[in-house]
Amino acid sequence: MLNATLKQLSLQLAQKKFSSAELTQFHLDRIARLNPELNAFVTVDAARSLAQARAADAQIAAGKAQPLTGIPVAHKDIFCAKGWLTTCGSKMLANFVSPYDAHVVERLNAAGAVILGRTNMDEFAMGSSSETCFWGPVRNPWDRARVPGGSSGGSAAAVAARMAPAAIGTDTGGSIRQPSALSGICGLKPTYGVVSRYGMIAFASSLDQGGPMAKSAEDLALMLNVMAGFDARDSTSLERPDEDYTRLLDAPPTGDRAKPLSGLRIGVPKEYFGAGLGSDVGAAVEAALAQFEKLGAKRVAISLPNSALSVPAYYVIAPAEASSNLSRFDGVRYGYRAPEYTDLPDMYRKSRAQGFGAEVKRRILIGTYVLSHGYYDAYYLKAQKIRRLIAQDFVDAYEQCDLIMGPTSPSVAFGLGSMSSDPVQMYLNDIYTVSANLAGLPAMSIPCGFGEGNLPVGLQVVGNYFAEARMLQAAHRYQLATDWHLRQPAGVE
Amino acid sequence: MPLSLPEVKRVAWLARIEITDAEAEAVQGHLNGIFKLIEQMLSVDTEGVAPMAHGQDLAQRLREDRVTEIDQHALYQSIAPQVEGGLYLVPKVIE
Repeated sequence: MLNATLKQLSLQLAQKKFSSAELTQFHLDRIARLNPELNAFVTVDAARSLAQARAADAQIAAGKAQPLTGIPVAHKDIFCAKGWLTTCGSKMLANFVSPYDAHVVERLNAAGAVILGRTNMDEFAMGSSSETCFWGPVRNPWDRARVPGGSSGGSAAAVAARMAPAAIGTDTGGSIRQPSALSGICGLKPTYGVVSRYGMIAFASSLDQGGPMAKSAEDLALMLNVMAGFDARDSTSLERPDEDYTRLLDAPPTGDRAKPLSGLRIGVPKEYFGAGLGSDVGAAVEAALAQFEKLGAKRVAISLPNSALSVPAYYVIAPAEASSNLSRFDGVRYGYRAPEYTDLPDMYRKSRAQGFGAEVKRRILIGTYVLSHGYYDAYYLKAQKIRRLIAQDFVDAYEQCDLIMGPTSPSVAFGLGSMSSDPVQMYLNDIYTVSANLAGLPAMSIPCGFGEGNLPVGLQVVGNYFAEARMLQAAHRYQLATDWHLRQPAGVE
Repeated sequence: MPLSLPEVKRVAWLARIEITDAEAEAVQGHLNGIFKLIEQMLSVDTEGVAPMAHGQDLAQRLREDRVTEIDQHALYQSIAPQVEGGLYLVPKVIE
């Protein structure tokens, strides 16, 4: 059960080698053993998970199994799930039991997947290290003195330590890809609008996108098949025909069988290999690119000239949207209310001061400032124009290539506490990931080797709009030829 | 353009977040570091560039004008800090 793919687990469930209840219990036992040290899960409710597993077993017995029926999936604590504590890593929502399901949760439930528990995360998804959690930091299974990345660090650590076969996360500026890279797993942020944001606690609505995190590209494809779909309750959800994201995985390669990726043009942006990139990460990424060439892909040198502006533009746009989204937390309708106050404005101010952590407050203040009178044009409007330039860079690049590849993160996992006193240094971790969110493009990270401290390195694959199936195919072919994605941390057997 | 301490306090007031003098000073340093990063974009020529609001340039979808929601106020208010008679209770606003 430990290292099986989702397809293998599904087959074994169908063959009655074990039941979903047994599979779920197996993972609950692993959580009980490993989580006290890793802190990847913040809520586990064995009775609830096992009830769902037994219902899945009944579906399987009745011959009504779908591909994910009976598979336990860890949920980032940002997805509202009816009856589950949904805290978003914040004291503000420490007592929030969701009265409804997110669209993604509805879809996973309808597919028969089991909610294995709720994973830890940076508060309101604001962070790149999973250290700003109200519930304490998550530790990296590869080295417990290091961070797992963030904000979906709990989901990444859960999959890396094999506490969950797969997980779901969200990505506003890299929050699926960067923890996937730092924890040695695979993660995909779909094209903006492919996965509904309904019931996903909002951080920056024009950038937020939910997606799968798992051990392989094939598993990601199976998860995305369930997660993607139109939802009228999200005004930016896209009405598109259903897509089978696994459809290209097993397609017989045309022509030379040793070169299944022949014809694929991989754009390598020179801006992603400059100063700031760790030489260990650079070497692993170069080796991966060489492997793709061996598989028949052609390497094309490209330029994304406005890359350096992506972090500055992101740290205007994301906080601006966050300051607006988080204004709903006022101590009136749900969430934290300060115990003592003098009048209504004082209740708002004290509830928000006590309920939010330092990083969330910082971002609310940045957002409030850039949207305030006299600064809107200089900052917010300017950032939106820069956003256009960044998106146009990709439009131009995709004239010359099919996929873009480079590093996911400039370094391997860094030490706990090593960056938490310097927000700017922490923000620069997002240098390679935020532009895909600004442009709305799909992007993923897959393991591609090891760097300093024998820690995992992630390769980022960015596709054109709706190129998920093509990205997953390329990643799958790479994973058939290499075994980086099969490596697992020591001490979690 | 560094933020002054009174500006930091004013922004916190706008954001409805209580802030002590000591907190404001600590936050001021962090915010000014972040704005230094942000200001890299200010010198870029964006003359004639249309602002981009989000990743998909789509028109707002409209829906039929009919009731789709059912009344669930009891469920939603079950998690509120203070309610009475279907109303959320807050400190008195009007004397």
